[in-house]
Amino acid sequence: MSDTVFSMQRVSKTWGQVHALRDVSLELRKGQVLGLLGHNGAGKSTTMKLILGLIRPSSGELKVFDHDPSAVESSHLRLKLGYLPENVSFYDQLSGEEVLTYFARLKGIERRQVALLLERVGLAHAVKRRVGTYSKGMRQRLGLAQALIGEPRLLLLDEPTVGLDPMATRDFYGMIDELRAKGVSVVLCSHVLPGVERHIDRAAILGQGQLLASGSIDELRDMAGLPLMVRGRIDGTRDALEQRLSQSGVALTRLNGNAFELAAPAGGKLDVLRNLLQSPDLTDIELDPPNLETLYAHFDGQSRKQETLQ
Amino acid sequence: MKSILIVAGKEFRDGLRNRWAFAITVVFALLAVGLAYFGAAASGQVGFTGVATTIVSLSSLAVFLLPLIALMLAYDSVVGEAQQGTLLLLLTYPMSRLQLLVGKFLGHAAILGVSTLIGFGVAGAVIAAFGDIGEFSEFLLALGLFIVSAMLLGWAFVAFAYLISVSVAEKSRAAGIALVVWFFFVLVFDLALLGLLVGTSGTVSESVFHYLLLLNPTDIFRIVNLTFFEAARTHAGLASIGADAAFHPLVLLGALLAWVIVPLVAAMVLFRRREA
Repeated sequence: MSDTVFSMQRVSKTWGQVHALRDVSLELRKGQVLGLLGHNGAGKSTTMKLILGLIRPSSGELKVFDHDPSAVESSHLRLKLGYLPENVSFYDQLSGEEVLTYFARLKGIERRQVALLLERVGLAHAVKRRVGTYSKGMRQRLGLAQALIGEPRLLLLDEPTVGLDPMATRDFYGMIDELRAKGVSVVLCSHVLPGVERHIDRAAILGQGQLLASGSIDELRDMAGLPLMVRGRIDGTRDALEQRLSQSGVALTRLNGNAFELAAPAGGKLDVLRNLLQSPDLTDIELDPPNLETLYAHFDGQSRKQETLQ
Repeated sequence: MKSILIVAGKEFRDGLRNRWAFAITVVFALLAVGLAYFGAAASGQVGFTGVATTIVSLSSLAVFLLPLIALMLAYDSVVGEAQQGTLLLLLTYPMSRLQLLVGKFLGHAAILGVSTLIGFGVAGAVIAAFGDIGEFSEFLLALGLFIVSAMLLGWAFVAFAYLISVSVAEKSRAAGIALVVWFFFVLVFDLALLGLLVGTSGTVSESVFHYLLLLNPTDIFRIVNLTFFEAARTHAGLASIGADAAFHPLVLLGALLAWVIVPLVAAMVLFRRREA
């Protein structure tokens, strides 16, 4: 069996005149975590629904675990999938345990697993409480427990960290890392995912139904060619340094105190750094490579610019 | 099959939990006992009246109440889950849309069926214990026919509720349409028929009229219970049922069953096309 979990080849989805997705090609391998980024209406949910087999592509080829997910005989595929929809509110009048038991039974999983799952997402103290009394974060954890029923091989999580506090978000990413180590593939879907870089293998950026860029973070950085932001502090005057840097075409911005900031171009960043380190007065230096948020803003902005040009 | 039972079980337990089943049962039982006891109040006396009077007046009240209860019970069955996001989730589970809808329907039908059976059954027992019921087997048949037809009427409107629920995107819209459907079948339809009869000075032949009545489940329910007692009251015996009446009660029950199945099948067709 191949390692490919799902593959999309030039997949399009249209609703009448609306192009929800245009010629998107994407692939995910076993044990990989894919961040699917895009603004509202960019095509994230459509992509998820296609993979889940809820809708069929208008054109192009889509395979999930080597099968057509929307085919009737593929319903067994669904046992391998876990899904957390955006903004799901479960049955308020049921307890967390009852909600999860219902979904577990529908997947043909024993009740014994329910307690374990609830404990795993940190809801062990609230199993008997009505979901109506849960906080937003607790509901999100319950949704996650639901997605984990039956040890799926592919997890599709739509805005999973919305409503989670920083501690819970950390726990969540810890869980993603654990699952990845076990060979589970994950698709994380979001507008922005602060601090997610370390937990994903690849990112795909969608805009207006098109795939704007995809690849590992490093590949995306190379593609974008965004500058490395450097902040530092210098003991004494900044004039000499400023002059030296301006020779290699880098402008220095003076911040308050003795601090400064500069943008080192992607190609010449090592030269700039060497230059900086030669200065004996340098007391502190801090590097800020372009993160996912900046990369996203870059690719999204680029596509919008093209749109207006056309 | 297993998924259907799991879904039906959840719907049924929800009905028990939010006291729907309990409330319906109590309303039915009180209504039946109350009507049996005070039914003759207009003629200046209280006390249990005859079975025929009781069931006839009960059926004319139930004909308003049952459709309303059934529609209220189930109007949000699909659109409610769609709005809270669980429908999308359920559709990603290993079961078909058909199984989901049938399961939900069976759950709601069971709530209404059990409530009808217990509510009117208990009332029947009270009436049998304290009132003058005449021939017991005839009483049992009358009560049985009433309960079965009441169940079918309720299920027909649960099926209407499903048809509404799968075709709208908002709960409030479903509620509005449900009210219109109730108003149409319970009030407007009969008025329109009456208008037709008067307007055409009765030229609409009787047989056509009988068939027109079959187009409304509430009218079928009424006819089932009225014709049965017309026959019983004239002491013509059970055998004559269906002789003077246009249809045999079993035919009428069959027509009611069709009113359960047709909207339900329509709901399934629409649900399969509905966008996730």
